[in-house]
Amino acid sequence: MQPIVATNDFVIKFANVNGSGSASANTLFGKSIIRMGVPVAPRNIFPSNIQGLPTWYEIRVSEAGYLGARAGVDFMVAMNPQTWDKDVASILPGGYLFYDSSKPMPKSKFRDDITVIGMPLTHIVNAEYTDSRQRQLFKNIIYVGALSALLDIEAEVVEQLIAEQFRGKDKLIPPNIHALHMGRDYALKNFQCPLGVRIKRADAVGDRISIEGNAAAGLGAVYGGATVCAWYPITPSTSLAEGFAKYCQKFRVDPETGENKFAIIQAEDELSSIGMVIGAAWNGSRAFTTTSGPGISLMQEFLGLAYFAEVPAVIFDVQRTGPSTGMPTRSQQGDVLSCAYASHGDTKHVLLFPEDPHECFTMGAQAFDLADRLQTPIFVLLDLDIGMNERLCAPLEWDDSRRYDRGKIMTYEALEAGKDFGRYLDVDGDGITYRTLPGTHPKRGSFFTRGSSKDRYAKYTEEAAAYKDNMDRLLRKFETAKGLVPRPIEHKAAVATKVGVLYYGSTSPAMGEAAEILAADGMPIDIMRVRGFPFHQDIVDFIEAHDTVFIVEQNRDAQLRTLVINECEINPAKLIPVLHYDGTPVTAAFISEGIAIHLQPPVQQRLKEAV
Amino acid sequence: MTYLTKPKIHHPSLQPNQLGFTRRDYEGTISTLCAGCGHDSISAALIQACYQLDLAPHRLAKLSGIGCSSKTPAYFLGASHGFNSVHGRMPSVLTGANMANRDLIYLGVSGDGDSASIGFGQFAHLMRRGINMTYIVENNGVYGLTKGQFSATSDRGSKSKKGVANTDEAIDMVAMALQLGATFVARSFSGDKTQLVPLIEAAISHQGTAFIDCISPCVAFNNHAGSTKSFDYVREHNEAVNFLDVITPREEITTEYAEGSVQEVEQHDGSILRLRKLAGDYDVNDRVAAQRFLAEHHAQGEIVTGLIYVDPDPEDMHAHIKTVKTPLKDLGEAALCPGSAALGKLNASLR
Repeated sequence: MQPIVATNDFVIKFANVNGSGSASANTLFGKSIIRMGVPVAPRNIFPSNIQGLPTWYEIRVSEAGYLGARAGVDFMVAMNPQTWDKDVASILPGGYLFYDSSKPMPKSKFRDDITVIGMPLTHIVNAEYTDSRQRQLFKNIIYVGALSALLDIEAEVVEQLIAEQFRGKDKLIPPNIHALHMGRDYALKNFQCPLGVRIKRADAVGDRISIEGNAAAGLGAVYGGATVCAWYPITPSTSLAEGFAKYCQKFRVDPETGENKFAIIQAEDELSSIGMVIGAAWNGSRAFTTTSGPGISLMQEFLGLAYFAEVPAVIFDVQRTGPSTGMPTRSQQGDVLSCAYASHGDTKHVLLFPEDPHECFTMGAQAFDLADRLQTPIFVLLDLDIGMNERLCAPLEWDDSRRYDRGKIMTYEALEAGKDFGRYLDVDGDGITYRTLPGTHPKRGSFFTRGSSKDRYAKYTEEAAAYKDNMDRLLRKFETAKGLVPRPIEHKAAVATKVGVLYYGSTSPAMGEAAEILAADGMPIDIMRVRGFPFHQDIVDFIEAHDTVFIVEQNRDAQLRTLVINECEINPAKLIPVLHYDGTPVTAAFISEGIAIHLQPPVQQRLKEAV
Repeated sequence: MTYLTKPKIHHPSLQPNQLGFTRRDYEGTISTLCAGCGHDSISAALIQACYQLDLAPHRLAKLSGIGCSSKTPAYFLGASHGFNSVHGRMPSVLTGANMANRDLIYLGVSGDGDSASIGFGQFAHLMRRGINMTYIVENNGVYGLTKGQFSATSDRGSKSKKGVANTDEAIDMVAMALQLGATFVARSFSGDKTQLVPLIEAAISHQGTAFIDCISPCVAFNNHAGSTKSFDYVREHNEAVNFLDVITPREEITTEYAEGSVQEVEQHDGSILRLRKLAGDYDVNDRVAAQRFLAEHHAQGEIVTGLIYVDPDPEDMHAHIKTVKTPLKDLGEAALCPGSAALGKLNASLR
């Protein structure tokens, strides 16, 4: 078996035990490749556990810029005996295995078709360090050093990153650099360096930044003017609230008084979180909560109240694998329908689908304008894949001339001038009515907010006509929303085609790569990325312009397809689902194969089946 | 019907308060509750208290959950914004409202079903957080709107209208509020306006979490012999620990009392709570003693009422989380948005 030869295009995977301090060493390794000018897409694969269970860190290196997941491992760093057999088995033929050879292993534990690199890491650290915690931490840095030599990553790049990481704790820099060189020197002396898979300095990263989607969304909430955050801890959304808190500490603390221009409460549960958000937004603050699927289930009653009483709210749902507890640390696009139609009775909600951290930031900020403008809950649907992994993306941008759109709020002056105020009176014909904030005027503009039926002047009513009038206006408002949510983005194939694909959210990088694979195989496709719900007319036009339309999703039940069929009145036969739902992020190979099987000429198909 | 508005005819004899408002300006729409309902007496007491405190009605926000009690905010303070939220969740909505605007006065109206059953968790956590508000539970020991089921505050052994005895232990909301950290805890009775009005005034003046458990008999489903929440039963077993006069900062102290019979508490806003002691030397500032007193009298079948505990200088949620003095809802782009230059620096740190 020939060893794999690949420059700037391979998958390297680290098998570790969680709680062993490997995460920061692995991040250091990934960042050093980015600093070599080569794009990488790192992914944490971790258990719902704090210490002792297996965890993996997978880095796809791709000078071509493919940031979606890819199946198969070219290079395995096997540091966890618990998962050894499975890890070794996952290496592609011709691939590489790096392991700690301090304890002898029987030959049956290896494979003949891979290159095995054994380094006595435990012996090395035991000889060098006496403290057990030091042994563990420096062992990680030592293997990073060895890998830098094996893959030809410049030592100066890693040293620079270590210096940046420990800025302010400068005395930690020399011992880390020492450990790095211990590993590097050992590899250079004992192994053939570099290997067939290797890094070569390139210029393919550009001005892109590397950030987690959750952090970017939290920052978006800061820029979008959110002042109230109420949340309940739940994986994988927790780091979004923490990101908001971190950036508030940085940007929103009055330097003179030390007082905070924000309020964050960790609530007792998700019901309370969304209740606080609704109370705050009713009272004029921009407010949000962060949650995941189980939280969305718990919030249903309140979401109906916000829809019917027309109170702004922003909900960041970082989706994980359901149903029920499901796989809390795995990704899925499983909450599309439970958000779109949240709560009992007739409801429809606005959804935004960011593709990466850049859009987590922009949509995170935009959600607050939309909530105030439409006076309704706005869902930003991230998932674990973009929420909890650092992803290369375009730098974040903000236009300083931008002003917050606070929507239709009747002021003291308007009330004083005697302007007619009906809380649910549609004066502009767009379904959006004026609201007053509590405390505005001593005599005018007060009203009673309620989840029960009311007339245009917010008076309680059980009159059939008044109820219907209000429900129909809510539909008009939803029509208005179509023009306000982000428009879909279409990428046409190089040649004309009657095949189209709809997709959304974290499927984006794998989809772009799949389109290239299919085009190279003679199956050009037009692709359209859905960015919001309600669906823009562009989506209907796109479906009509193509004979066959695929919808690629990361859930079992084709939830967006259901939504398209339901809301756009599309014949289901025209929409072919391509569904990935095992909790791992979707790959380009999965998508391209899922589409190709439908596009291959029938004869060829039959021949293939006969074989 | 709650949409029936009351005619606002101002009788010339109506006295305006310091703000020029008469009592009528604090009223709401006509109540749709049963004739004789204790809750209407509480609404009347709230109106009286706000009028006497010279509150600008629009500076108060009234929030409630679901149930008979939670309907009442429509029947008082028509010039205030109101929010009839979802069952048992008033505490979270009010907490959020308070986070957004610390300058309004918050009144939460709830019932025993709303706060002791479905909303018990939210009640508890609001008490813990020290939200600056007045929380009134209109406690009738029964589910009125669904026609007479026992609630969680119904005493063990108390009989339903159909004659069935309750077998479950009751939750004492006052004991809970004390344990959970409320800084003003009182119990009263809708049938005793002279006790209730000053308690509401004191609670509103209190700059922390003020809790009032107000026993309010349900004339339709829980006012019969065998019930421990009937008018007759509560009158017979009422054990008032004190009688309260509230002296606002503007008022002159005129009445004199014999030494030792009065405890005066000055609250943070300058108001003075003058407590005429009715139960020996009951100390209203001692939380642990209050808990013991409550437990002992409960064991004797007595219902302790009056101002049971007050911390005159409480720290509220905004102090805990160090929010700016300006209400958060009034902060604009300049205060909230770090701008493009800061973002540029941040981008640079992420490469």
